Amino acid sequence: MKTLMKPYLILPVLLAAFALLLSTCEGQKPSRGRGAGGSAQSSAALATYVAPGDLDEYYLFYSGGHSGQIFVAGVPSMRHIATIPIFTPYPGTGYGFDDESKAMLGGYTWGDSHHPALSETDGDYNGRWMFINENANSRVARIDLKDFKTKQILKIPNLSGNHGATFVTENTEYITSATRMSTPFPSGTYADVTKYATDYKGVLVGIKVDPESGEMAVGWEIVVPPFDYDLGDAGKGPSADWMFWSCYNSEREFIEGAKLEVTASQKDKDYVVMVNWRKAAAAAKAGKGRKVNGVDVLLPADVEGGIFYMELAKSPHGVDVTPDGRYIIGSGKLSPTTTVFEFAKIEKAIADKDFSEVVDDIPVLTYNSVRLAEIPVGLGPLHTQFDGKGHAYTSLFVESAVAKWKLPPYDEGADMSQYIVEKIPVAYNIGHLCAAEGDSKTPDGNYLVALNKLSKGRHLSVGPSIPESAQLIDIGGDNMKLLYDAFTEPEPHYAQMIKADKINTVEVYKKDDPYWPKSPHAIWTPEETEITRRGNRVTVKMLTVRSFIAPDVIRVQKGDKVTLHVTNIEQTRDELHGLAINEYNVNIVIDPGETKSVTFTADKAGVYAYYCTNFCSALHQEMQGYMLVQP
Amino acid sequence: MQQTLESFNKSLNLSLTVKSRLLLLVAALALVPTFFMPVWHLNFGAQQYPEGLTMFIYPSEMVGGDDGNDLNEINILNHYIGMDELREEDFNEFKWIPLVIGLMIVLSLRASAIGTLSSLVDIIVFTIYFAGFAMWRFWFMLYNYGHNLDPKAAVQVEPFTPPVFGTKMVGQFTVGSYPSAGAYLFVLFGALLIAGIYFTYKERRNELAAN
Repeated sequence: MKTLMKPYLILPVLLAAFALLLSTCEGQKPSRGRGAGGSAQSSAALATYVAPGDLDEYYLFYSGGHSGQIFVAGVPSMRHIATIPIFTPYPGTGYGFDDESKAMLGGYTWGDSHHPALSETDGDYNGRWMFINENANSRVARIDLKDFKTKQILKIPNLSGNHGATFVTENTEYITSATRMSTPFPSGTYADVTKYATDYKGVLVGIKVDPESGEMAVGWEIVVPPFDYDLGDAGKGPSADWMFWSCYNSEREFIEGAKLEVTASQKDKDYVVMVNWRKAAAAAKAGKGRKVNGVDVLLPADVEGGIFYMELAKSPHGVDVTPDGRYIIGSGKLSPTTTVFEFAKIEKAIADKDFSEVVDDIPVLTYNSVRLAEIPVGLGPLHTQFDGKGHAYTSLFVESAVAKWKLPPYDEGADMSQYIVEKIPVAYNIGHLCAAEGDSKTPDGNYLVALNKLSKGRHLSVGPSIPESAQLIDIGGDNMKLLYDAFTEPEPHYAQMIKADKINTVEVYKKDDPYWPKSPHAIWTPEETEITRRGNRVTVKMLTVRSFIAPDVIRVQKGDKVTLHVTNIEQTRDELHGLAINEYNVNIVIDPGETKSVTFTADKAGVYAYYCTNFCSALHQEMQGYMLVQP
Repeated sequence: MQQTLESFNKSLNLSLTVKSRLLLLVAALALVPTFFMPVWHLNFGAQQYPEGLTMFIYPSEMVGGDDGNDLNEINILNHYIGMDELREEDFNEFKWIPLVIGLMIVLSLRASAIGTLSSLVDIIVFTIYFAGFAMWRFWFMLYNYGHNLDPKAAVQVEPFTPPVFGTKMVGQFTVGSYPSAGAYLFVLFGALLIAGIYFTYKERRNELAAN
């Protein structure tokens, strides 16, 4: 029995193998329903299982992309918990329908929200606010994490395509912002695109944040060459005074019909631009700039010693500062490497005036003097996060994978590929990634979410408008493990993951809580309701409580301008009330203890019922009244 | 029996021993915190109220749990069955009960200084009467609230009396009614008074026999 297989058995075995091969080729269809599950699947299931009634360990805040919102999910369950409307009206919470949020939206009905950033104290998330940029209309917003509501939307003048935002400095002194699509300066100016190289400009912005209130204001702007300033990050520790942005199209060309994808990819290297925000602020304060649309606008020469370029492999996206602030990781998405710059080398190059050239008054630091290493992570590196245990995780768009690699120190002359620890495939075409507190000084090193652009075939089909996918990966052990596929509406770009106990919310606006500004229109008893008229202006002070709306009849004349101030006098959590008026496009939702105002013109005569939209109680259906509009 | 009673009656004029006086002093002091402590509480539990609703009854006020809001919530729920709103100003008890407790403290201090067994017995009798009256009054108010329901109320329920002591189902709520810290201080107060009688009577009754 030395021979393992008798010759006459070979044919049937080959046939069987061929049949098996055919079936696997045809197959690879995902199984439906609960799979039988091997032990790896069982342990993944247990790792993400949060029993009914139990709470998740982390908040995950995804940007909503061109949906204009932020989605809130729990980690590790990946359950979607809430949507925070920011740049887009959201009927579910009445956002964009009441006077205040309508004014905040400023007439826009959508926004392109990209990069959420949590406020920081000493480089750690402090759980107070979240900031997020809006690319299409150059805005930034602030959300108060006490009530998860948008409190401010700031329009940044002079700028077009606010993509290089929002990244906060170590103590939330400033938020970054930068032009992705250069236009003639200030934005709104006309110049033909043939004058792109000369008349079009990029703008780098420092947005100042009030340490008490969180109120944002534009601190300064620097006008820079017309490159496409893409992603950013703020320094930490030794590099805390600096902001970094990647940029592409350093060719500074936009040739009609020649395709930017081609013209912007001609040079082998593009840049990282770095700005010392303290120096920029000092220059603005010293009056070196000029006021344009109310903002101190500086030129690079005004910030001497405070603005530099560093060369980076072409068409970069992510530029990410390590938790200790000593290294800056740049990812050129058309190069199979990430570049590690060492901040100490950067400081030395600046001190030695070690410049390879000067571009429009901005010195370019000599590449070989500031670069520590190029790491061959793989194809299409986009963005990098950290685990606080000496590793970096870089998303690889082209390769559809995440590469885990070692941060410095490296051996002199070593083969850099040995510092790649591991790669894990993702489904599919990952953009950003987000590790637990992964861009703070102290990453938690347990979870990583891959924010994938494509999800084809990984979920029940919903037709051609395919959702995005977010995959939860366990990075707590030696090997990365894929735990869970979640799907989101379009389209998360970046996300933030924060330990749940760092956020302290209120669920009721307590009547006497001094934190919330008192509304001058609030009333707390049915006796205080009133309808007052001045000319054709009608003002109604209303209240809602289980299960009635007071007053329940409002009489106005056709053509009156009507303002309703509605207070929900409930002080019990989850007792929200809504107020909708039929045919009048009025829809507000008032949380317990909140007062909202809505103004409209009673331009249709007739009788229109109003009612509570947000199911509140056994007699919710009875919670209604009539607006009588006399002709 | 006859003998014991006669002996006790004769002893009523005995002045209190030092030990009894000290116990009385402690008893008087034990009542002081009751001004600031709930004596009773009602709990309302239901599936959609995982933390429950609580109402604390102090000698001078009623306070809802959750920073006072539970009382508001209880009133909102009660309005569906047409129950009157629970309002502090509708209970004159909160005005006179603190006075009575003050009186008990003053009488105890007086007895502690110049008291006889007889004055101690008076305080005990008064305390028992007060406790009994307060419990009856509590039951009466609960009965009243549960029986004077608005006939036009949205939800019609059979008149009912919430529990004075113990647990009872009222609609979808499990209502519990139990003493709080203040009530235990009253029990301690009574026990100290009885101990005061016991020690004086035990130590000094021989003096009566000798005379």
